[in-house]
This record gives sequence, structure tokens and C-alpha cells, in this order.
Amino acid sequence: MNSIMPIAMHELRRMFKSPLAWIILAVVQFLLAIFFLILLSQFMNPAPWFAGHGLTEIVVAGLLQIAGIVLLLITPFITMHLFSEERRTGTITLLFSSPITITELVLGKYFGTVCFLLIILMLIALMPLSLLLGTQLDLGQLGAGLLGLMLLMSSFAAIGLFISTLTSQTSVAAITTFGILFLLWILNLAGGTGSETFRAIFTYLSLLNHYNNLIDGMFNSVDVIYYLIISITFIILSIWRLDGERLHQ
Amino acid sequence: MNREILISVEQVSRYYGDYCAVNNVSFTVERGEVLGFLGPNGAGKSTMMQIISGVLTASTGTVSIAGFDIIDAPKSAKAHLGFLPEQPPLYIDLTVDEYLHYAARLRGMSKANIPAAIEHSKRRCGLETSGKRLIRNLSKGFQQRVGIAQAIIHAPAVVILDEPTEGLDPNQIREIRDLIRELGNDHGVILSTHILPEAQTVCDRVLIIHEGRLVLDERLDKLHKDKHKNSVRIAFKRPPSIETIQTIAGMDNVEQIDNQRFRISFNPDSQAIDKLTQQSAHSCWGLFEMIPDTNTLEETFVRLTRGERQETLQKNNEVNT
Repeated sequence: MNSIMPIAMHELRRMFKSPLAWIILAVVQFLLAIFFLILLSQFMNPAPWFAGHGLTEIVVAGLLQIAGIVLLLITPFITMHLFSEERRTGTITLLFSSPITITELVLGKYFGTVCFLLIILMLIALMPLSLLLGTQLDLGQLGAGLLGLMLLMSSFAAIGLFISTLTSQTSVAAITTFGILFLLWILNLAGGTGSETFRAIFTYLSLLNHYNNLIDGMFNSVDVIYYLIISITFIILSIWRLDGERLHQ
Repeated sequence: MNREILISVEQVSRYYGDYCAVNNVSFTVERGEVLGFLGPNGAGKSTMMQIISGVLTASTGTVSIAGFDIIDAPKSAKAHLGFLPEQPPLYIDLTVDEYLHYAARLRGMSKANIPAAIEHSKRRCGLETSGKRLIRNLSKGFQQRVGIAQAIIHAPAVVILDEPTEGLDPNQIREIRDLIRELGNDHGVILSTHILPEAQTVCDRVLIIHEGRLVLDERLDKLHKDKHKNSVRIAFKRPPSIETIQTIAGMDNVEQIDNQRFRISFNPDSQAIDKLTQQSAHSCWGLFEMIPDTNTLEETFVRLTRGERQETLQKNNEVNT
């Protein structure tokens, strides 16, 4: 298992070799900063329907809600190259002929991506944390929300990782990943017209639903386990897929 | 002589769907041996190399590297293996040093040994001054060298090179061939190529693969001994009939190449050549060219790969008609 670290570090380093990583960091930060300012000004001049809601509820939860959507749009661009590019440029043969297992390879790439997403998370967290200079925050709710965002991003990464094992075209990987993430996001809408059980299943499967619980400050182990199951499932699928490829390519 | 077997391939077949790319191939490679893997394009060379290096899995049969089975003990087997695929596996946005460092880490080298290994490997491949350059900015020849450098960085027992001199200039080709010969002293090397003179200069043994099957496995010196020394190409301005030549004592086989040229093979113990030249001088045949046939590898190659195809075509035609 000691090959996971070099692969993860290599993945992270290579991301910063390309302008893509820097642009993603800049764009995410810029967009969220605008939303942050809007939410803050809404809090300073509260509309009637905000009455009774605290700073954390309006600004922090609002910001994390938007962050979830922005990351849904951005993560496919981060994960698209993971295996697709290796396959297109032929570097995958270096990995396959090296003394590493497929599991180490997949986990290394996954952790490298999650590290990059953690950098985004830290930069996002700085915005609400800056409020501590002038006021108080519900740190419990902030913590739950950040944990939720991290889990959400990790499951995005696992899904994107799997999709990138399926194709050698990075753009195909990006668009497919986006489609699947979006579908999982709005799945609860699909249940709206169906029967009670139908709706319960779709609401449960939706990525959005579990995330909302966490940003509202409700830490429920079911939500955490949901994201862990998504991540682990897609990691295992990636391993199977790459193992099978050597046999059936 | 050290007889340690480094690569052992037993009855390996590989199917892509119904198409059989490699059909029941078996051979071994010993330490200190350079094995040339020849075959026309699409014969299954690259597939075979990918199977040996663990990139693809064989449909049936076993491959072991330095005694470790590539499927049952892939980590131990691959630790003894360096592979340069047809398309060098390069990360073009890294510098040469960064890339080689990553390649060494992937091969499980400890951090302390890596700088020395990078220097050594760069020196062997003539990359001493390129360490800080981005791979993207290197010429094709230098990129190819980086590809070879990553294959030998961990001093593997087995080095597999798939068309390593492709796209290089003649000087670079010569350097790379010297390097391969040098590697052949203490490693087992498999080299795939379709350049026959290359195989002739660097390899100890050649395998010819055709339509997925192994059609020749022979040491080069034996190939030369058996066939080359007693075969010449001969040309006359006023050529006699082929039967006239055949009647000379000691002739084994005479074959007409064109109007003036013949390829003759003869019993080396007889005085067939002396008699032929005497008769030519006597009868004014106008002998103007006599070349010992040294290109037997090419002949063998053509005979084994084209001849069989023609046979197959003929068979198909017969079936069709």
C-alpha cells in the first residue's frame, strides 16, 4: 500500500502544473466571494422573511448551498483527466507495468483528487471564518456544513474517477460525469409525482437531500454513511473496470 | 555461462473477441541474452510484449518474470521488469528529472536511492544535460531516450523495448543500439523491431511471429552458419540456362532472381564455385557480380511471413473457387 502516497502526490503536483487547477481555484473563489457578499448584505439589511434567522443560518448555510452547486459544475473538469488522459497519452502502460496493484493506483488517484478538493474547501472555509473577526458563529453548524461539503466532494470525485476509467476522451468523461452528478442531485424532484414509497426512495438517493441536512447543522450518521457508500462503491467499480480491461480490452 | 532463465512464456494465447492475436506462443529468455522479436505489422508483437509486461492478461497460458508469475505474484514479477511501449509513456508537462523520479517511485525504489539512479540512468541514455527540461520541449529522439531511461532506472533484470529506435536519427540509433547491447550483458532484453539489420546487429536470438503464431525461434549465429556461408548471388551478362548451372557438381539449389541473376546454394566441401567460375570464363558467360548471401535473416523473414500468407491466400482462393 506504500505506492498510494507517491501516486497521490504526483496527481496533485501534476494538477498544479497545468493552468486548469489554478483557474478552477480562482473561479470557484471568485464566484463564491460574490455570493458571500450578497448573502452578507442580505443579512445586514434583512428582508422580512429572514427575521429570526441567525448569521450562520443565512450566510454560512447559504454559501455552502451555493458551493455544493458550483462544485457539481467544476468537479467533472478535475476528474476528467484522471484515467482518460493516461489512456490517451499511453502513460497507463507505465502504471500497468509497474509493481503496483490496481487498488493502489485507484486509491492514489482518488486521494490526490480529494487533496485538491480539500484545498478548495479550505479556501471556501476562510470566508465564513473571516466573520469571526467581528462576530460569533455557530461553529457546530459550520463544522457540520464543511464536513457535508467534504463528503459531497469526495463522492463527486469517486463518481468522476469511475467515469474517467470508461473512456479515453476527457471531454466525454467530463460531460458524462456532469450528467450523472446532476441527475443524482435532482433525483428527489423525480419522486415528486410518484407514490409515497417511490418518493421516499428517490429523496433518499438524492445527493442534495443528505447535504441539506448537514448544512442545516443536523449531523446524522446516516447522511455520512450515505456519502461513504457512494464513494466506496464507485472506487470499487473503478478497480473492477480497470482489472477487467486488462483481460477483455 | 550463466543460464538463469529470466522470462518464461508458456503456451500463451490472447483473443480479442473471436480474433486470435497471439496463438500458443512459448519461449524463454536467459540473462545476458538480447532477444529480437520480429514480425510484420499486426502480427501480434505489441500484444505479446504487453502480455509479458503485465499490461494485458493472457487469455490462456502463463508468463513468469525472474521466477515470479505475472498473474499470481504481479508485484514481485513487475519489480524485475522495465517496459518501453511503442508509444513512450511520458508525462509531457513534467521535467525529465521529475518524471524519472516518479517512475522510480512507482517501481518501489526508496527515496534515498533515487537521485543516484536518476543520474546513472540519464548518463546511460545521454540525457545528462536535459534533466531540468520539460519533456514536452524535447525532440522525439530525446523523448524516446527518456522512455528508455524510465525502463532501466530501477536496474530491472528484464528490459522490454517495443520498437525503441523508431523515429531516431542514424547517430541516435547507433547510440541506442550500443546501449541495448550493453544492457544485454547483464539483463535479459526483449526488443521488438521490424528493422531487420537492427535485429542482426544487436540480437543474439530472433523470434519471428506471424499471424499470432511463432514461426521461428533461432540463434542468429546458427542461422548464419546454416544458411549464409554456402549461398551466393551471382550475375552474368550472357547468362546460361538454369539447368546448365544445376548440372555443376556440388550445386544444391539454383534459383533465378531475374534475367541475369541467380541465387545458388552449394555444398561447401565441393568445388562448385571454382567449377562455376571456370566454366563461366570458358564459355564467356560474362560473370560480373558475385555476392555472398549475408541477408539470410531477411530471406528467412520474407519466406516465413510472406510465403505463408501466399499459401493461405491460395488456400482461400481454392476454397472460394
